[in-house]
Amino acid sequence: MSSNRNIAPAQYQLTQSGQSITFRASGDWTLNQVAAIDPILTRELEVLEYKNVQYDFSEVGELDTAGAFMFARAVRIGPGQRHKWEVIKGSKGQRTLMEAAADSVWGTPPVESRQWYDSLSRIGSATERFFSEVIETLAFIGKFFSVFFKLIFRPTKIRWKSVIALIEEIGLNAVPIVMTLCFFIGAVIAYMGANLLASFGASVFMVDLVGVSVLRELAPIITAILIAGRSDSAFTAQIGAMKMRQEIDAMTVIGLDTFETLVVPRALACLVSLPILTFLGMMSGIFAGMLIAWLGGLDISPVLFLNRLNEVVGVKSFWVGMVKTPFFAVIIAVIGCRQGLAVTGSVESLGSRTTQSVVQSIFAVIAVNAVFAILFYQMGI
Amino acid sequence: MSDVYYDTAPPMEARGILTQFGTNVVHQNLDFRVEKGEIVGLVGGSGTGKSVLLNTMLGLREPEGGTIRYFGRDRRDLSPSERAEINNDMGVLFQGGALFSSLTVRENIMAPLREHTDLPVPLMRELADMKIHMVGLPAQAATLYPSDLSGGMKKRAGLARSLALDPKLLFLDEPTAGLDPVGANAFDELILGLRDAMDLTILMITHDLDSLYTICDRVAVLVDKRIAIADSLPKVQAYEHPWVQEYFGGPRSRAALTAGKT
Repeated sequence: MSSNRNIAPAQYQLTQSGQSITFRASGDWTLNQVAAIDPILTRELEVLEYKNVQYDFSEVGELDTAGAFMFARAVRIGPGQRHKWEVIKGSKGQRTLMEAAADSVWGTPPVESRQWYDSLSRIGSATERFFSEVIETLAFIGKFFSVFFKLIFRPTKIRWKSVIALIEEIGLNAVPIVMTLCFFIGAVIAYMGANLLASFGASVFMVDLVGVSVLRELAPIITAILIAGRSDSAFTAQIGAMKMRQEIDAMTVIGLDTFETLVVPRALACLVSLPILTFLGMMSGIFAGMLIAWLGGLDISPVLFLNRLNEVVGVKSFWVGMVKTPFFAVIIAVIGCRQGLAVTGSVESLGSRTTQSVVQSIFAVIAVNAVFAILFYQMGI
Repeated sequence: MSDVYYDTAPPMEARGILTQFGTNVVHQNLDFRVEKGEIVGLVGGSGTGKSVLLNTMLGLREPEGGTIRYFGRDRRDLSPSERAEINNDMGVLFQGGALFSSLTVRENIMAPLREHTDLPVPLMRELADMKIHMVGLPAQAATLYPSDLSGGMKKRAGLARSLALDPKLLFLDEPTAGLDPVGANAFDELILGLRDAMDLTILMITHDLDSLYTICDRVAVLVDKRIAIADSLPKVQAYEHPWVQEYFGGPRSRAALTAGKT
């Protein structure tokens, strides 16, 4: 509203007599005036030698805290030191404001300090954090399994209702995206295989290529990564928000085990959803390969495609792909929940934990997949 | 608009407010006015829509009917720039402090200054430190994050932020809730002091009977979907309404009254 009013510009007059100066101010001393007056006033005060200040506010119009702070510039000498001052003319409100302002320039303002060795100590703490993250994740997995097996033998204690709701969220709602992505991947593999193998005159081998790559590796990995990105962020954000609003604390006090109520249902939902999603992804990928083989200029009919698939790829590749999914499921659920429970009070920790949960779970999925690849190779599967 | 108009018009006035959620009518024909320079306490039972009324008065929500006037001007007639200016003349302390958790206390207080003024940053920092001092926080609190503060300190920091632009009208949503009696008393004193120093008009929603007795000039009672009475405490206490009688006649109220008198 202030622009609607006539603002009298802030003016002042400093008169010195002996060891004391008189600060005579007039006009409106408000927030939007101080920027202009501050440097001039500070410079003028610097050259003066005095011991006490007398303020005359009789002609001051409007005064706010910023204006009072400007007046208090005359009082401050340094940290913990100030001149004597008094208000010789002024209203009660102006005096109170002046008092508050003079008091506030008394102390030393705290500063955020940055040292040259900060970067070193950060490297140190990051390294420490890395190891503690690994250890804590392993401990969390251990605790999860101990609770999980306890619950397996008492299935009535499992919260089936939330398991079902989570299966809908994690599994059913992800079906379209998983199938679409696997379709594209299958189509791309089929095209590339067809192109490369055509130069050897062996384009029919693209069936092997599509079958093996989709069934063994691509469908399980794509599905797992997708769920890691999609549901892990949700797990961490949900549980993290509950943590921030002390819901987790309330649960603990009431005697609800957080593992039983939050972690196990999510892990179970993942355990159910991921194999089904992977299966659908496989079908979608194979179907895409079949379409390309048939309509993409290779003239491999669906019957021929399926016969060859049955002959050379077999059901083994399917099981190799499927057997990995429960492992992925547990890893994804456990990492998401652990990061959620590690959220502290601040909004920033929620953000960084969500990022970490997605990054860690995708990393873990790929790492575990590599372990499986080595294992299967050594076993000759 | 002349100076006189600006200076005498009530900072906030609500006329004929109708608030409803679906078929559920929360406020009907609600009239309420805050005069310049006074501290008004707003009381009402749980679920009577005090916070909704606060949001309506702040402009966070448009009422289904009626008008809100700031400094004598209808809110709907204001241009966006006028509206922004009036917003700078209003400060609000939300119940939990509503501090930005990614900023330090000092940065929190600097946030409105950064947005609405073109002061140099060092001066902004000094002004923020002054506000921190004014609300009675230790100077070291300036560099702390909200998550490091206790509940009472958060409220003080929130108050400091609401004062950053030297508002003329201050809304406080349960400022003393969750504070211990000593802290609550100190907070009441602080509000009184600030009112005198900064020429504030204050509207506070409160359940704290001590606050009502010690610092409020007027008490407004929200019952039956409207402000039934807004007057000095003795008159409100004499008001014939079962809820009001129960509220001010209850054992807690009598205790606060005797404590306030001694």
